[in-house]
Amino acid sequence: MLGRSANGIYWMTRYLERAENTARLLEVGFRMALTRGPQAASEEWRSVLVTIGQDKAYRERFDDYTGAQVFNFILRGPDNPASVLCMLDNARSNARTVRTGLTREAWEATNEAWMQLRDLLARPVREGNLGEVISAIRGQTTQVRGAMDGTMLRNEVFNFARLGTFIERADNTARILDVKYYVLLPSLSWVGSSLDNAQWETVLRSVAGDRAYRWLNAGRLDPRGIAQFLILDGRFPRSLAFAYEKLASNMAGLARQYGGETQAHALLQAARAKLQQATIDRVIERGLHEFITEFIADTGRINQAIAAEYRFIE
Amino acid sequence: MQSGSRAQYDEMLDPGGAVRPAYEGFRNWYDAQDATWLKRQDSEAERFFRRTGITFNVYGDDAAEERLIPFDMIPRIITANEWRKLSRGIEQRVRALNAFLHDLYHRQEIVRSGRLPERLLRNNDAFLPQMAGFTPPGDVYTHVVGIDLVRTGPDEFMVLEDNARTPSGVSYMLENRETMMAMFPELFSRVAVRPVSDYPRRLARSLAACAPSCASQRPVVAVLTPGIYNSAYFEHAFLADQMGAELVEGSDLRVVDGRIAMRTTTGYRPVDVIYRRVDDEYLDPLSFNKDSALGVAGIMDVYRAGKVTIANAPGTGIADDKAIYSFMPEIVEFYTGEKPILNNVPTWRCSEPDALAYVLDNLHELVVKEVHGSGGYGMLIGPTSSKGEIARFAKKLRARPENYIAQPTLSLSTVPIFTKAGLAPRHVDLRPFVLVSPGGIDITPGGLTRVALKKGSLVVNSSQGGGTKDSWVLED
Repeated sequence: MLGRSANGIYWMTRYLERAENTARLLEVGFRMALTRGPQAASEEWRSVLVTIGQDKAYRERFDDYTGAQVFNFILRGPDNPASVLCMLDNARSNARTVRTGLTREAWEATNEAWMQLRDLLARPVREGNLGEVISAIRGQTTQVRGAMDGTMLRNEVFNFARLGTFIERADNTARILDVKYYVLLPSLSWVGSSLDNAQWETVLRSVAGDRAYRWLNAGRLDPRGIAQFLILDGRFPRSLAFAYEKLASNMAGLARQYGGETQAHALLQAARAKLQQATIDRVIERGLHEFITEFIADTGRINQAIAAEYRFIE
Repeated sequence: MQSGSRAQYDEMLDPGGAVRPAYEGFRNWYDAQDATWLKRQDSEAERFFRRTGITFNVYGDDAAEERLIPFDMIPRIITANEWRKLSRGIEQRVRALNAFLHDLYHRQEIVRSGRLPERLLRNNDAFLPQMAGFTPPGDVYTHVVGIDLVRTGPDEFMVLEDNARTPSGVSYMLENRETMMAMFPELFSRVAVRPVSDYPRRLARSLAACAPSCASQRPVVAVLTPGIYNSAYFEHAFLADQMGAELVEGSDLRVVDGRIAMRTTTGYRPVDVIYRRVDDEYLDPLSFNKDSALGVAGIMDVYRAGKVTIANAPGTGIADDKAIYSFMPEIVEFYTGEKPILNNVPTWRCSEPDALAYVLDNLHELVVKEVHGSGGYGMLIGPTSSKGEIARFAKKLRARPENYIAQPTLSLSTVPIFTKAGLAPRHVDLRPFVLVSPGGIDITPGGLTRVALKKGSLVVNSSQGGGTKDSWVLED
């Protein structure tokens, strides 16, 4: 397989994953705006922008954090090169460069996602149809994943696709935690207040983990449990541990096909060992923020090593 | 351009309005279909194509970066008998083209014998001195050829143009058939149509048969594309996919140990055959356009050392030159010793004073083309041009007569298209696709039918509002 094609499929799935996760964040912001006062909503919108790294670009254009302004900027901002629309465009462009590595169904699902969402995002999004837009993004990206899962050969192409998905997911979940870590820290004064509950739920909702968490914990919310769930619970598909297990199995797939491991394998193994040995008590004791920062840096290094080892570019 | 006053040949109906034999099976089926249902299928077809991503980029048209070539669902039908004669003519012409190209880049017997003026090669950018004295692997120059044919009567097919450089459109031939079979499966059980779907397999086999001697048992074939912004990118990806070949860009390739190699995830691997969809001038920045980022530095040296096959061979574009075209009857006879089975469209070479005088006097009813032009650009269509346009063109013509040829406005045959008001005749041409390898010449039955969708129009180019049809060759 060509290095450029590996790069293409890796970024195709990264962008799709990013679009999906961004849609979830918007959903949470929107919910906040509906259920809390304008103050909390505005704070939540800012937090969404910070999480996806677009706060600076946003503030260069706008002074305040109002709903429609924020979600339009993120979804389709005319001069926002990191908008969801651009992510989809990038996903499709990358899919086109690896057209020969995709099955017809996987390509058509990607193309269809792009066509549908491009049409939906052709006009400004109103509060009234934000829900429709968000569920379309989630639905279309899920369709692509489903088509790939159901039709693609389990070879190197598939491995690179999955690596893209899970590097992005690990990074996204970690960034959500990074922005919200203070919400999950033990705090005597806040415990049990309804504000805490709402904040904690927001974190869970951002990764579609609210229902799963409640089911596992008989409805009780507590910050330590939430942190443990999002970082270490290997059963939850958006946890850091889950993403790293998937990275490990796909990296193992590459090692098998190519007859050897690389620097990227070594880096992943080291970072994964840290996760495996961690307990939530020790993480909080040593500093949740520091732990997350290190995780994001580790993930970035793994990403770079994959690109270098598999000759994504000359 | 509009058709002249001469009676035009309709391929479905005879002058009395009776259905010709080729279309009988189809018409029986068609007449039994519900009109509303057909209309629905017609609009479904467009959606189908958009989903598959069969689009082409139109140069200089930013708003519509990706456009569909309109598809018309009424097939263009050719009988087994008609096809037999056509394919004999095509084979003869393609054989002659390859012999001609070999001769041009070796002893130039045809020039020595006085049948072809030497000036046609001098100062001609399409003639590549880098190819002189070199014989490509298998002595094949045109691995893939598209011969553009027009029909003017029951037994009159003429060659309008040879595409020996990089003919495109074969993906439409394949996808049009897929679409028709998906939309009207029962139609194909009623009418026996020769399949086209094995074209990619035949292409792969034909290219592999042209591999250089250093190639392994199973030669590595790659399709070289300029990238996703090229108008035919879909086709490049499609063919690579169907052949199971790598789709590479110039930046994926480099010279390693005297061979062309592609950058894979595990290092550089040699490539034996490059089916390139990049023009000659961009192929090698060391030999041609030095600013090209689409090609591979040093590929011509590797090629001349016999370590890689480039398909089509560099320098084949000379055969697409319209001045050369005007000599095709002589060329066919010179190399095959036979009379040409397929005729040229009558052509005036404006480089000849008598012809120029005639052309200047009759511009209002002629089509004038640049000898190096392609795709319907830079031409004059006399009958639809204003006096001013004709006068301006005449000036250009007088200034550089050798740059032009002229042809009569042909009365192209018509085939019906599907319209809201029912079937309506429109002008068509046909581009069969021909594969050449040391093993022989292989012609896929049918080809790409292009159709002028506007009533009376004779311009079938997809870049100028033309559409395509599924093209059927009936089984015996």
